[in-house]
Amino acid sequence: MKPSKSTLLWMYETMETSRRFEEIIAKIYFEGKTPAFNMTNGPIPGEMHLSNGQEPVAVGVCAHLAKGDVVTATHRSHHQAIAKGVDLNRMAAEIFGKETGLSGGRGGHMHLFDANVNFGCSGIIAQGMGPACGAALSRKLRNQAGVAVSFIGEGAANQGAFHESLNLAALWKLPVVFVIEDNGWGVSVSKESSTSVERNSVRAAGYGMPGHFVEDNDPIAIYEAAGETIARAREGKGPSLIEIETYRLAGHFMGDAEGYRPEGEKDALFAKDPIPQMSKLLLDEGHADEAAIAELQATAQRRVDEAIAFARESEYAPEEEALTSVFA
Amino acid sequence: MSEDLNTDRHLTIARSMAEAIEQQMESDPNVFVMGEDIAALGGVYGNTRGLLEKFGPERIRNTPISETAFIGATVGAAQDGMRPIVELMFVDFIGVCFDAIYNNGAKNNYFSGGQINVPMVLMTAVGGGYSDAGQHSQCLYSTFAHMPGMKVVSPSNAYDAKGLMNAAIRDDNPVIYMFHKGLQGMGWLGTEPGATVATPEDSYTIEIGKAKVVREGTDVTIVGLAMGVHDALKAADKLATTGVSAEVVDLRSLVPLDRETVIESVAKTGRLIVVDEDYNSYGVSGEIIATVTEHDISKLKASPRRVTYPDIPIPFSRHFEQFCMPNADKIVDAYQSMVKGAAVSV
Repeated sequence: MKPSKSTLLWMYETMETSRRFEEIIAKIYFEGKTPAFNMTNGPIPGEMHLSNGQEPVAVGVCAHLAKGDVVTATHRSHHQAIAKGVDLNRMAAEIFGKETGLSGGRGGHMHLFDANVNFGCSGIIAQGMGPACGAALSRKLRNQAGVAVSFIGEGAANQGAFHESLNLAALWKLPVVFVIEDNGWGVSVSKESSTSVERNSVRAAGYGMPGHFVEDNDPIAIYEAAGETIARAREGKGPSLIEIETYRLAGHFMGDAEGYRPEGEKDALFAKDPIPQMSKLLLDEGHADEAAIAELQATAQRRVDEAIAFARESEYAPEEEALTSVFA
Repeated sequence: MSEDLNTDRHLTIARSMAEAIEQQMESDPNVFVMGEDIAALGGVYGNTRGLLEKFGPERIRNTPISETAFIGATVGAAQDGMRPIVELMFVDFIGVCFDAIYNNGAKNNYFSGGQINVPMVLMTAVGGGYSDAGQHSQCLYSTFAHMPGMKVVSPSNAYDAKGLMNAAIRDDNPVIYMFHKGLQGMGWLGTEPGATVATPEDSYTIEIGKAKVVREGTDVTIVGLAMGVHDALKAADKLATTGVSAEVVDLRSLVPLDRETVIESVAKTGRLIVVDEDYNSYGVSGEIIATVTEHDISKLKASPRRVTYPDIPIPFSRHFEQFCMPNADKIVDAYQSMVKGAAVSV
């Protein structure tokens, strides 16, 4: 199932929005952190895991999801949040720790929650997989529409939760799709030196579900694999696993010197940057002309600028508010 | 065992931990290290820097992100006669591997009637203050200290860090070695300069279970560990400017707990404040206060106070987090409210 023209344009605009968002976050992140890098300082303190390069995964999968479908994501989730339709202004404000943020500054960039679009993420590897099974079970038990998608990294495929969740989902035939964003690196440790199989998609067979592998960060192939598996889940045929070869164009977190990368790896990855590739595809296949591309870029930039301005202008909540929201 | 501080070598806690591990690995082939990013990277906090080059990948082992398996494997290797050291990158990640620790490692000596020992060290990063939010900033000291069968230590400076690491590796029991990120000497996290101190090159041990009076005083005892010790020392400086003489006790170990040193100090000062970056309730502060009051409540001239983290998940936003963190000013306020006899709100 090929994406329609309007879907392709949405995918491109969303990829641009995500990338431009990350680029401005990266710039602001260093405010107050030079000359000496100390992550405690600046308007965006703490850790920052950028999604640059991984945009095709987010748009290829989320193109098939409605507001009511559930997504669980990881510490590196800005692209997925944007593609799932998380309120960008409130997301930016959360990353700044402001009162207008998604959770008023309590969660920050690793804990983005937007109940309006059923999106949540967590900083503990693979631990969104069980909750995704639970959301899928809830829909199944209540005979309600909707699927759950759990995004994880390739490092998470070596966690117990991965294996337990695949078994449970298949056993109970849950409407859930597990998506591995394989960017090749778990912090500084390569997939080859941490994983006993070359392809994590083969692990699906051990749990009685289909496993798909999509190579080279291809947004169209991702769209197709996601479409097939999500449709399967919606039809009540059970879960699937998709492994996607993607690329982390940034460090594990900002400030990561990336000395562990083989020489030339980053250059080779930048040469395969999916954003210009996607605009070229739109042009080559006649879905958009230069002017239309420029307009999509401008729309993306405008949304990002508005979100950042909203975050900058928002206030911090009164500090005693920190003590609220512990219980319902 | 003596504190030979006649050295110009000032080490960070990270360096002193790595040096202790290196010296133990040189003298004992049964010592090895496992953990995430500990080999070529030298550990996210630098605790194993340089060790891969010296000992190779068999003894300095990078692991998959599979804590359930590799921390379980640590228990198994220890029971089989080795002395493994394992790094859990953040203590917050204990959820997926706690079973290996508290149901196996900590209990098998007892279950086996002493036939099997578990001489392992789990070193893990604790503490916040740098906006890493609620899954990367906790201390969880009392979570480990509460459950029997594990020794628990947390150094406040490089000298103690080296001596405690040596003692932990030589100990025949599981030792949970909790290092505070803000004391490591890693500039990118911000760091407390007071933790980088003179540290001898020769190997030495500090007995697990011995607290230390790091500042003598007569009017109030401030008890803390790790970062809390530095907050306490700063508070003591501030109190001194108002003529108040504060004694500061660095617990260094939580299990065994050196109750005698605390009791002795409070017997002298008559007042007690406990500083703890862990959650307020059911924690170290409650244990210390109970110890003193159970022993002889008549020694107290005022109700004890605690300066702790409130019972909330750790927020991301910097001003939220700083509002919640213990600090020197809060300790000074606690002293002043204590001498006024103000009621503690519950």
